[in-house]
Amino acid sequence: MGYMEIIIGGIFVNNILLAQFLGNCPFLGTSKKMETAVGMAMAVVFVLVLAGVITWVLYAFFLAPYKLVYMRTIAFILVIASLVQFVEMFLKKSIPALYAGLGIFLPLITTNCAVFGACILNIDKELNFMKTLVQSTAYAVGFGLALILFAGVRERIILSRVPKPLQDTSIGLVTAGILSLTFYAFKGMI
Amino acid sequence: MAKTLTQEFTKGLWEDIAPFRLVLGLCPVLGVTTTMENGIGMGLATTFVLVFSNILVASLRNIIPSKVRIACFIIIIATFVVITELLMQAFAYTLFLKLGVFIPLIVVNCIVLGRAEAFASKNSITLSIADGLGIGIGFTLSLAALGSLRELLGANNLTIWTTPTSIIGVQEVFGPHFQPFTFMVQAPGAFVCLGLMLCLMNLLGSK
Repeated sequence: MGYMEIIIGGIFVNNILLAQFLGNCPFLGTSKKMETAVGMAMAVVFVLVLAGVITWVLYAFFLAPYKLVYMRTIAFILVIASLVQFVEMFLKKSIPALYAGLGIFLPLITTNCAVFGACILNIDKELNFMKTLVQSTAYAVGFGLALILFAGVRERIILSRVPKPLQDTSIGLVTAGILSLTFYAFKGMI
Repeated sequence: MAKTLTQEFTKGLWEDIAPFRLVLGLCPVLGVTTTMENGIGMGLATTFVLVFSNILVASLRNIIPSKVRIACFIIIIATFVVITELLMQAFAYTLFLKLGVFIPLIVVNCIVLGRAEAFASKNSITLSIADGLGIGIGFTLSLAALGSLRELLGANNLTIWTTPTSIIGVQEVFGPHFQPFTFMVQAPGAFVCLGLMLCLMNLLGSK
């Protein structure tokens, strides 16, 4: 598997939001305004790449040699939780406006399946260090791309008249389905 | 306002039914519901984790310091997820392979953490068990409903349980000439299907 394949696969074909269904809570939660969507996308890119690399190191040098593979769920979630705490402190101090804008969704990255799921997928695919780095970046960029595209569409939906039972999340999901269909068209590329 | 045990149990089945009313924990809802079997299996695994983490959180609620409670809850939940993983590997290996990454992902399922934080950390053990069971069964039912709808239209089948040698369930429900609507079992179908089900729930609820 070449690097180009990993990059295109991660961003488009196996897009983490629209093809693998990971990280859908922030996808629907933060996409109502472009500003929060961009902030969330950036936070996820940062955390996902770091988490992907750190969990790989943890797995390769600690869990696998000492035969503690069954502990990986607990170990990974602890790493991710402390990483999120660190990012939170960093943003609070250096970019308070963004911190306020992200609000509840920053601590929620801890329970963001996209981050945790991507780490597990990297391990399951048995990638080496460089490929893990590239794969995590590709997943993160794919997440950001899908989230920002979706936020753009959703800002338009607010202006249109949606039937009452379909409003809010319901129309959001149907829109996500159509967006997912466009990403589905990339399937033939790999 | 004190609620009775039955009220706590039944609220998870309709009032607060997890994926629809609370719009939490959508990843497994969308990801695994390509067949009814996957939906039920995932729902039951989540229920198991939910009930036992609720019990432990409720019994430790006076000991856990409030500042580090989230971290404690996550460790409690992760422990039960590991137990589920090991149990499924032993007793339901084919299902475990099908659900794949979504089993470890129960750790980051917002519903489980949400119930620990919003309910079990404030209520007694018996009430927490009722709450966990109710929300869990509601979640299982929604997953099964979505899974069976997608499988029925997308693959023309309805499976309940797969063993390595045989499949329990109905094959070719609409007869051999039905052309399956493959869109439903693929990624875009999940979003559209859940969106329309949510719309239906809103319609029923508003009356």
